[in-house]
Amino acid sequence: MKISRAEVEHVAKLARLSLTEAQYAVFTPQINNILEYIEKLNELDTANVPPTSHAIPLSNAFREDEVKPSIGLDLTLANAPEKEGSTFVVPRVI
Amino acid sequence: MELYAHTIHEAHEMLKKRDISAVELTKSVYDRIDRVENKINAFVTMNKEEALVSAEAANQRYKDGTATPLTGIPLGIKDVICTKGLRTTCSSKILGNYIPPYDAMVMSKLREAGAVIVGKTNMDEFAMGSSTEPVWTGPTRNPWSLEHISGGSSGGSAAAVAADECLGALGSDTGGSIRQPAAHCGVAGLKPTYGRVSRYGLVAYGSSLDQIGPITKDVTDLAIIMNSIAGYDPQDSTSVPREAPDYTAALTSGLKGIKIGLPKEYFISGIDPEVMAAVKNGVAELEKLGAEVMDVSLPHTEYVVAVYYVIAPAEASSNLARYDGVKYGFREKSPANLMDMYYQTRTNGFGPEVIRRIIMGTYVLSAGYYDAYYGKASQVRTLIRRDFEEAFKVCDVLVTPVAPTPAFKIGQMTDDPLQMYLSDIFTLSANMAGIPGMSVPCGFSSAGLPIGMQLMAGHFNEETLLKVGFNFESATDFHKQKPARQLSR
Repeated sequence: MKISRAEVEHVAKLARLSLTEAQYAVFTPQINNILEYIEKLNELDTANVPPTSHAIPLSNAFREDEVKPSIGLDLTLANAPEKEGSTFVVPRVI
Repeated sequence: MELYAHTIHEAHEMLKKRDISAVELTKSVYDRIDRVENKINAFVTMNKEEALVSAEAANQRYKDGTATPLTGIPLGIKDVICTKGLRTTCSSKILGNYIPPYDAMVMSKLREAGAVIVGKTNMDEFAMGSSTEPVWTGPTRNPWSLEHISGGSSGGSAAAVAADECLGALGSDTGGSIRQPAAHCGVAGLKPTYGRVSRYGLVAYGSSLDQIGPITKDVTDLAIIMNSIAGYDPQDSTSVPREAPDYTAALTSGLKGIKIGLPKEYFISGIDPEVMAAVKNGVAELEKLGAEVMDVSLPHTEYVVAVYYVIAPAEASSNLARYDGVKYGFREKSPANLMDMYYQTRTNGFGPEVIRRIIMGTYVLSAGYYDAYYGKASQVRTLIRRDFEEAFKVCDVLVTPVAPTPAFKIGQMTDDPLQMYLSDIFTLSANMAGIPGMSVPCGFSSAGLPIGMQLMAGHFNEETLLKVGFNFESATDFHKQKPARQLSR
C-alpha cells in the first residue's frame, strides 16, 4: 500500500474535506492504484535534470505600480453568500 | 441548407452580402437548440436574451461596414471561462450561483469582434476529466451516438458544434480537453501554444498547462477565432509578449517541403485497429499532398501519464483551495463555526473526481513527499519537453492518433479513474511541453463514431498546423459529415 486509509484522512483534512466511510472505501484503493502507477517515474535517473515548472520560460512579468480603477464594492460583494454593509460575513471563528 | 448548419466563414459571407441577418442566424441556432438540446445536454446556461441583443447590434455593424469575421456569429463558451453577468459554474455545485463581475480577456475580445454568445457549455467538473460526465449537470451525449460520451473536458463545446447548436465554440485544454472531444464529436479543435492566448478569466485547473482554444466545424474557422483571441495580455503573467500573426494567411494549398514525423511510441498495439487505420490513411493523404513522411521517436512517452497525474492534481489542489464559501459560490447552510463551514462547503460542493484530484495533489505536495513526486515529475517533464525539441529538429509536424479508441460509452469508465487517465496518453504531452496541438476529423469507426487525427508542432507554430489541417480538409470530406440520423429521431 502506498497510502493508508489514515493517510488519506490526514490529507483530506489538510484540504478541508471530510469524507464518509463509504468515500474512504472508494478513494483509498483508487488513489493507491494511481500512486503505484506513478512509481514508474523512479525508473528514470533524473539526478542532473533541471525541473520544468513552465514550458515557456519567461522571466518575471513586471509592471509599473500604478493605482487603477477596481470593480468597486457592490460588484465585489455581489456574489457573497452572506454580507453586511461593506463586509463578507462568516460564522464565528472559535 | 439551414442557417445553423453553416461554418463561421460561410455565415460571415452571407451576412456580408446581406443575404441573411444576424438575428435570423441567431434565431436559427436557438430553433436548432430547441429541437436537439434535450438529447445532447451540451449547455449549462443559455444566453438567449442577450444573444438577440448582440445580433441586433451585429446587423448594425454590417450596415456600418465595421463588421469583423466574427460579427453576428453565434458561439458557445465553455463554462470555465468567466462571462460578465452570465453565470459561470465549471459544471460544479460549488460555483452553481457564481455570476462573474468581469469578462475573461478572450470574452472581451470576442465581444469587441461582435460575436453572439449563445450560452455556456457543459464540461467535466473544473475541467477534470475526459468524458464530460459531471455529477452536477449530467453528461453531455455524443451527437453521433447518444449512448456514448462526447469526450472531455470540453465535451459540451464539441457536441454543441457537432450538433449545430452553435457555429463555433471556445474550449480549454489542460491535457487534451479540446482535442479529444473534438475528435470524438467529428469537429476541429486547436490547443494553442502555452502563453499564446490569455488565461485571464479562465478558471484555473493546472495553471502551467491550461490554455484556451477554438472548437469549430472546419480548420478555416479555427484560424478565424484564433485571429480574435490570440495575443499578449499583461493581465496574464504567463502570456508571451509576441505579436500574433494573421492565422488565415496560413491557409494556403500545397504541402511541398513540409516534413511530417510519426512518433513510433504513438503507434502501438492496444490502439483500436479502426483508429490506427484511419490515422494511417490520413498520413497517406498528407503524403499525396506533397508532405514528406518520416519516423521519429519521443522516447519518454511512456512516462507522460504518470507525470501529468502528479503535476495537474498538484496545481489543482492549490488552485481549488480558494473555494471556501466566503466570498462567492456555494456555502453550506448552517455550519457550527468557520472551520465547519470550510469542511461542509468543500465536501458537499465538489464532486468525486475533483475531490480525488485535490487529495492526490495535496498528498504529492505534502511535507516529505514533495521531492519524490512533484520534484521528480517536474524533472521528467523536462525530459518530455526535450524529446519534442529533438523531434522538431528533423520534422515540422508530428501526426498521431488523438485517443486510442473512439468515444466510449457513458458510465463505462467512471469507476476506474486510472483507466480513464490512461486514455489521455496521446494528448497530455503537448501540454507538458507547451506546444500547440490540433485535432481534425480523419474517419469513422464501423459503428459510425468519428475518429480524429492529432497534429503537433513546435512552440508558436500554429500556422503550420493550420496549413496542414486546411490541406487535409481540402482533400477529404470527413469534416462535412453531420450526425443527422441520431438527432432526427
